[in-house]
Amino acid sequence: METGRASGWRPYATLLLPPLAWVLLFLILPYGLLFACSFWKLTPAQTIAPDWNLQNYLHLFRNAVYLRTLGRSAAIAAAVTLLSLLLAFPVAYWLAFQVKRHKKLWYMLAIIPLWISYLVRAYAWKTILGTGGVLNAFLVGIGVTDQPIAMFLYSPVAVIITLTHIYTPFVLMPVYAMLEQIPPALLEAAEDLGAGPWRTFTRVVLPLSMPGVVAGCTFAFVLSLGDFLSPLLVGGPTGIMISNIVVSLFGAAYNWPLGAAISLVMLLLVLAIITLANRLEARTKYV
Amino acid sequence: MTRGRVGRKVWAAGITAGAAAVFAFLYLPIAVIVVFSFNRFSTSLPLRGLTLDWYRLLFQDRPLIESLLHSFLVAGCAVVIAVVIGIPAALAVDRLKFPGKELFERVVLLPLILPGIITGVSLLNFFVAGGIRLSLTTVILGHGTALISVVVTQVYARLKRMDRSQEEAAMDLGAPPWRTFWHVTFPNIRTAVLGAALLVFTLSMDEIAVTFFLIGRENTLPLAVWSMLRQGITPEVNAISTIIFLMSAVAILLGYRLMQKET
Repeated sequence: METGRASGWRPYATLLLPPLAWVLLFLILPYGLLFACSFWKLTPAQTIAPDWNLQNYLHLFRNAVYLRTLGRSAAIAAAVTLLSLLLAFPVAYWLAFQVKRHKKLWYMLAIIPLWISYLVRAYAWKTILGTGGVLNAFLVGIGVTDQPIAMFLYSPVAVIITLTHIYTPFVLMPVYAMLEQIPPALLEAAEDLGAGPWRTFTRVVLPLSMPGVVAGCTFAFVLSLGDFLSPLLVGGPTGIMISNIVVSLFGAAYNWPLGAAISLVMLLLVLAIITLANRLEARTKYV
Repeated sequence: MTRGRVGRKVWAAGITAGAAAVFAFLYLPIAVIVVFSFNRFSTSLPLRGLTLDWYRLLFQDRPLIESLLHSFLVAGCAVVIAVVIGIPAALAVDRLKFPGKELFERVVLLPLILPGIITGVSLLNFFVAGGIRLSLTTVILGHGTALISVVVTQVYARLKRMDRSQEEAAMDLGAPPWRTFWHVTFPNIRTAVLGAALLVFTLSMDEIAVTFFLIGRENTLPLAVWSMLRQGITPEVNAISTIIFLMSAVAILLGYRLMQKET
């Protein structure tokens, strides 16, 4: 049966040609070229010479500014991931175990923000956190402060809030998918055996949801690590992330080989995280 | 026993309260944008009178409307590329064994899991090295390429669940593969393709990270909004944001109906 099925398709391997050619031309070649470019250098005449050397990487690891920015990006991404998980979990739990009516509708409502333009949301936070913004108006209104507080906007905190808003639904989806697979009878069994809700949560629900948690967190971490738009809109000078350096190197600062080297470091970091996460996901899978 | 019951009630109430707070957090920015789009004076509180001026301004903003048309063009072309390349790619991954298959699968998915900036600078570098001038065409190629993965994952998931005995029957009865695909396989994956196409369209309409690097002289809508934002806060942005929000909400509901019909 298996061989018959395969042989029916085998002569039509031409099927494979267009996608293979496309992926080779527009993905493998560009990524490969970026890799090559990271070992080239900028001539004094501002052209890129295929003159193989390690200078860009040495420059990267010798200058504290790059590593420090990378570290800050990782710290911001970690905070975003943790916050997104903390926010996504109660909603996922509520959807999976407590909502009885219109479950699908509530799920849709929870992930609709995912579909709202990234820029719109970043801009909304700019409006909320600014000195003339909603948050300050509220704080002044209730008398917490008599002067608007300027430090909300243009700081790493603003970047973290904005990115958390963007990635919470991304974490919610895989976590909910895992929670939904847990049979309610399992929770009842834990209760019958005398476990309180907290113990049921930490001993039954959380371990069973781990693959979803890992998948969602990986996504949130990787994508916020490489973000450059939120830092530009709400981050201010102290909220600069590693991708902002790449943007400027490919733009005004014009040093593509160095930009390529930083991109490559990011790429390798991201691939390492994804590989690690895949292993972790497989190991935490109970069913 | 009663202690346990009280504990469970407190727990359930806590979860509900937590979920409600998160919903508030998720919807607060949207509410702010919508309300401020009707605010007559500046972008700060308190509201001092309502107006539709910002919307009127929007409809007179030629470059902005042009950028919207560009975005439609880009998204439409990206859908065509992603579908035309993505369907055979999904079929190949599902049905063929070939050397380098694992690498192929991984590379196709890369743009979906990598931060957009990496794909963006790779393609920029590639186009410039090839002497290709940046324009809407490069943006289209970028979007199409980056979003193939969406079609591949959706269609592949459907193919995996599909009952192959129908295809085998068709082939046993002498139908050539193309006819088998068109009359048997395609009807089975149609809703997955439609859903993926809608997803690609929506994602393309809002793509910034890749577009940022590949854009020539003509802007797409998000890039036009981006330059407005960089120039400072303007209430016009609230109006365009509200419209974009409504459009994406409609797209999601449409997609949702499609998925519902299928299950």
